Amino acid sequence: MTPGKKRPALEVRHFSHGYRETLVLKDLSFAVDRGDFFILIGPNGSGKTTLMKALAGIIPAAGSLKVLGRPVESYSRKALARHIAWVPQQLPLDFPFSVREMVLMGRAPHQGILGFETREDMAVAERIMAVTDIGSLADRKLNCLSGGELQRVFIAKALCQEPDILLLDEPTAFLDLAHQIQVMDLLEQLKQERGITIVMVSHDLNLAAMYGDRLLLMRDGGILSLGSPNAVLTFSLLEAAYGCVLLTEKSPLGDFPRVTTVPGRIAKRAVNRLCRQADGLDAVAGDPSREE
Amino acid sequence: MTTSAIFRRIVWVSTPLLVLLAAFAFLGISVGSSRLTPADAFQALLGRGPEPDMLTNIIWRIRLPRVILGALVGSTLSLGGLVFQALLRNPLAEPYILGISGGSAVGAIIGILLGFSRVPGVCLTAFSGSMAVLALVVLMGRGGIRLKKDALLLSGVMINAFCSSVITFLLSISQDARIHNILFWLMGDLSLPDLAQAGLLALIVLPCFLLIFRYANVMNLLLMGKEAARTMGVNTGAASLVLLLATSFMVSATVSYCGLLGFVGLVMPHLLRLVLGPDHRVLVPACILGGGAYMILCDILARVLPTQGEMPTGVITAMIGAPLFIYLLKRSRI
Repeated sequence: MTPGKKRPALEVRHFSHGYRETLVLKDLSFAVDRGDFFILIGPNGSGKTTLMKALAGIIPAAGSLKVLGRPVESYSRKALARHIAWVPQQLPLDFPFSVREMVLMGRAPHQGILGFETREDMAVAERIMAVTDIGSLADRKLNCLSGGELQRVFIAKALCQEPDILLLDEPTAFLDLAHQIQVMDLLEQLKQERGITIVMVSHDLNLAAMYGDRLLLMRDGGILSLGSPNAVLTFSLLEAAYGCVLLTEKSPLGDFPRVTTVPGRIAKRAVNRLCRQADGLDAVAGDPSREE
Repeated sequence: MTTSAIFRRIVWVSTPLLVLLAAFAFLGISVGSSRLTPADAFQALLGRGPEPDMLTNIIWRIRLPRVILGALVGSTLSLGGLVFQALLRNPLAEPYILGISGGSAVGAIIGILLGFSRVPGVCLTAFSGSMAVLALVVLMGRGGIRLKKDALLLSGVMINAFCSSVITFLLSISQDARIHNILFWLMGDLSLPDLAQAGLLALIVLPCFLLIFRYANVMNLLLMGKEAARTMGVNTGAASLVLLLATSFMVSATVSYCGLLGFVGLVMPHLLRLVLGPDHRVLVPACILGGGAYMILCDILARVLPTQGEMPTGVITAMIGAPLFIYLLKRSRI
C-alpha cells in the first residue's frame, strides 16, 4: 500500500447509537490500525454486534467514522463495499445457491449495472476458493455444507469483494474446536499475506488472546479497555466486564494470557481463602451483582 | 467485452423457452370453436389458404390478440411471483396470495363503474388499489419482526376476503348492465381485447420487465438479507422500492385487463427454480418466457375442455396452482 500506510484503517470518533435512555453505543472513540487483527470482546449486550454493524455501515451511528482516512459519507455504497466486507454469523439459506454462485456474488461491488461477471471475476473467485480451501466444494449446494464449510464460504464471498478491511461477527460461534482453529488460522494468514485488516467479534477469550493484536473490551456500550491481549485480559478488567471470576495466567504456548473459567463452587472457596490472606481486598470478587 | 458465462447461460435457457412459447402461441391460434390444422392456421395468419378472409379475420381479430394477451399476463404474473418471493424471502409469496391482485381488482371495478376507459383510467385506479394493499403488507412487515410465513398468508387471505366483499358490495349497489361481463372478468378472462389493446398492455408491461431484469442480480443479493446486501454495495431501500413499484404496476395493469388469475405467480417460478437454480439473472427471462407459455396453455385448456362455450381461464390456473400451493406450504414448514 501507499506510503501513507500508517493512516488507520478505521477511525471512530464519538460513536453513539440508540436513544437517550437506551444507548447501545456510548460515545466510543478508537482507531484500528492497518493490518491489525482487532478483536471485540465483552459480555452479551455490551454492544459488540451493534458496533460491528455500525462499522459496516448497516446501521447509522452518531459521530464520525473514517475509513482509510476518508469520511465514510464520502464513499458510495458500492465503493465502500470494495473496501469493507462483512461476514455475518449466518446467512439465510432458503434459496439453494451453489458455493461458486455464492462466492461470485461477492464480486457485485466490482460489477456493472447488470451484475454480469467477467472472466476476471471468475478468476478471482477461483483463486479465493483455493485460498479458503473450498475449491472442491464449488458445485455443492449451500444447504448441504457443514457449519465450518459454510463459514469458509461466507469468508470467501467477503474476500471476493477484495476488501482492505474484513469485519466478522463471531465467525467461530457454531464451530467445533478444529474448525475454530481452521477459520482463525485462515484469518491470520489473510492478515499476514494480504495485509487485510481483520476486525472480529468473539466470545472466546482464548482465541482472542492467541490471535488478536489488539483487543477492545466493551461493557454497557462503552470501552472498558483497549490494548494488547496481555494488557486487556487481566483478572480485574475481566471481572469488571463479565462480573465473574476468571483465572488468567501466562499461556504455555507463547507471550499471551490464558483465560480459564472458574466454577462457582471453586470460586467461592478461592475467595474465602483470599479473604483470609489479602485482608478482604477482593472479598466480593465472586459476587456477580457487584458494580464498579 | 468477452461474453460472460452468465450471458451464455441466459441464452441457453431462453432459446428453448422461446421456442416453447412460440409453439404454444401457434397452438393457441389454431384452437377454437372453428378448429384449424396448424398448417391452415399458418396460412390464414399470412392471409392465404382456404376461405382466407373469414379465417384471417378470426385469427387476427380474435385469436392472436387473445394469445398475445395471455402471454403478457402469464409473463407478468410469473415475474410478479418471482419478485415477491425474492423480496419477501418467502416461497409462497405471489400477487394473488398477498392480496395485491385483489386490491387492484377493487380499484379496477371502481374505475369500470365510474365509466373510465381501460387505459389509463382503470389501470390507474387498479394501481392505487394494489398500492394500498402493498403498503399494508410492507407496513406489517416493518413492525419490528419480519413477517412470518403464516402471518403473511393469513393477512393475504383476509385482504382477499375483504376485497371480494367490497367487490360484491359495489356490484350489488350498482345498476350496471354489464354485471355479467364483470363477473366473468373477475374470474380471469382473456377474451376481451383486440390487437390494439394487447399492444397497449405490452407497452405498459415490457418496460417493467426490462427494469426488473436490471435488478435481477440485486435480487440475488437481497436474498442474503438486507443487511448483508447493503454491505455488498446494494442501496437496499431504493432497489426494493423500484422492484415493488414496477411489479405492482404491471400486475395491476394485467388485472385491469383480465381480472383475477390466481396462483400463476407460483407455478412457473417454482418449476424454473427447481430446474435452473436460484439465480435471478437466469430466472427473470425464463419466467417471462415460461410464464407466457404456461398461460397460453391454460387458456387453450379453458377453451378446449368445456363441451360448449368456454370457461374463465382463472378456473384452470387455480385448479393447477392451488394444489401446488398446498404442497409448497407443507414442504416449507420449518
